[in-house]
Amino acid sequence: MKMSWDVERIRKDFPILHEEVHGKPLVYLDNAATSQKPHVVIEALVDYYAKQNSNVHRGLHQLSERATEAYEGARTRIQRFLNAAHSREILFVRGTTEGINLVAQTYGRRAVGARDEVVITALEHHSNIVPWQMLCEEKQGTLRVVPINDAGEVDLEAYEALLGERTRLVAIAHVSNALGTILPVQRMIEAAHRRDIPVLVDGAQAAPHLRVDVQALGCDFYTFSGHKTYGPTGIGVLYGKTALLEQMPPFHGGGDMIKSVSFEKTVYNDLPYKFEAGTPHVAGAVGLGAALGYLEELGLERIAAYEHELLAYATARLSSLPGVRLIGTAREKAAVLSFVVEGVHAHDVGTILDLEGIAVRAGHHCAMPVMTRFDIAATTRASLALYNTHEEIDLLARGLGKVGEVFR
Amino acid sequence: MSDLRELYQQVILDHNRKPRNFRRLTSPTQHAEGYNPLCGDRVTVEVALEDEVIRDIGFQGSGCAISKASASMMTAALKGKTVSEAEETFERFRAMLTANESNGEGAARLDKLAVFAGVREFPSRIKCATLPWHTIHAALAGQTEPVTTE
Repeated sequence: MKMSWDVERIRKDFPILHEEVHGKPLVYLDNAATSQKPHVVIEALVDYYAKQNSNVHRGLHQLSERATEAYEGARTRIQRFLNAAHSREILFVRGTTEGINLVAQTYGRRAVGARDEVVITALEHHSNIVPWQMLCEEKQGTLRVVPINDAGEVDLEAYEALLGERTRLVAIAHVSNALGTILPVQRMIEAAHRRDIPVLVDGAQAAPHLRVDVQALGCDFYTFSGHKTYGPTGIGVLYGKTALLEQMPPFHGGGDMIKSVSFEKTVYNDLPYKFEAGTPHVAGAVGLGAALGYLEELGLERIAAYEHELLAYATARLSSLPGVRLIGTAREKAAVLSFVVEGVHAHDVGTILDLEGIAVRAGHHCAMPVMTRFDIAATTRASLALYNTHEEIDLLARGLGKVGEVFR
Repeated sequence: MSDLRELYQQVILDHNRKPRNFRRLTSPTQHAEGYNPLCGDRVTVEVALEDEVIRDIGFQGSGCAISKASASMMTAALKGKTVSEAEETFERFRAMLTANESNGEGAARLDKLAVFAGVREFPSRIKCATLPWHTIHAALAGQTEPVTTE
């Protein structure tokens, strides 16, 4: 795979990768937090504001038509990216967090009542825990959590046993942000569907790294963030099946989500506009469209293969370092390496690596229950992307050597 | 490496490895808990006061090298001091780390605690160094709610 992947050429597409920090070339290994943006995305934003900016679905003038075309063009591109059946099933939201909250507050508030259950896994990011906790608290429902094993893999037997008469929704990550585990979402969706339970998939960590086909998966909702997918911040996507979206009440009220308004009665707009109140983040949508176009051009399968090879290399390098212990060793993994250094707190590791120009995340990764499960306070996390190199992994290993020197 | 040694001075590394007064007191008169939700650092400080003098002081908890060394050196610096002397030291310590202009005189009066001056250059780590101090401040004020740095 290495020979067909010209990583040096790809790195030229990302201006920020040529920045220096603390006088050293930037080694950016914090991609699970947010990814960097290629020229095509930055240019799409500039171009939109320079040549197309206007409000959408409103003006009769030429600019508004251009803006509307760009915005709806991005929606169609996302539909193809996820292989959704219709573009009306693609809702623009601010990010994964808003996508999950939208489902909790609309679908969830209708479907979940007293003693009903929502099932999540022990791997979830706080954004796929707290909205369900809030819902369960309001409705006197119960949150059920599927346990994970020592490798960080979901216990499928326990999962199936948790699905019951009172389960109203399953909400699961496609890829764990803290450990990198790829969850067997297809099997989990099939198991839930055998009991007519709908499934939401949090795809924040999957969309930039794997081919996602919502029809093949069969999931009822799928949500991801633009900024982790090489696109802008403040834009994300919620996919929902038409039949479900149609029966759901709107999330926010306001302009654009209505057909007609009087003080006596308001008629809501059709999909997807029913869920897009107010002026949307048009430039963000256009930028996200450009980012997904960039990924399609490189090919998701090729991206996944390159990152997999890089992960294998990094796993071998880090495992050979004394005092370094990897947390999360699932058989199916995306390119995330979470680890602890014996006797050294993750924040000290993070600071020392930063001085070497290496950007990693140190902390609980918004997944405190995962830390509790492994009985640790925090980990250092290196998360890789399509532009990372084997040399950067070597620099990470050398930086960890420095950590050892300081704390010897 | 110079920045690195500026932050992780030998004294700090030594206190991290062998923290002083890392124990529970048999009969504390005050105590408080500190928590940094950003990084998960936790510290409990116990004090035995007698006529406004800190007769004994100890801490427990888990955290990074900066927070642990800061707690350790704080306890060493404050044992035998009066409450108002302790408060004064806290103010000076905080000023050294957060004031816009570095105050040479204030830092000099901090004695050994001046090794933390390097933390100034690491904005994300300042709270690690000040957490134990906020915690003892709360303990001396008789505050019962856990202190957070946020």
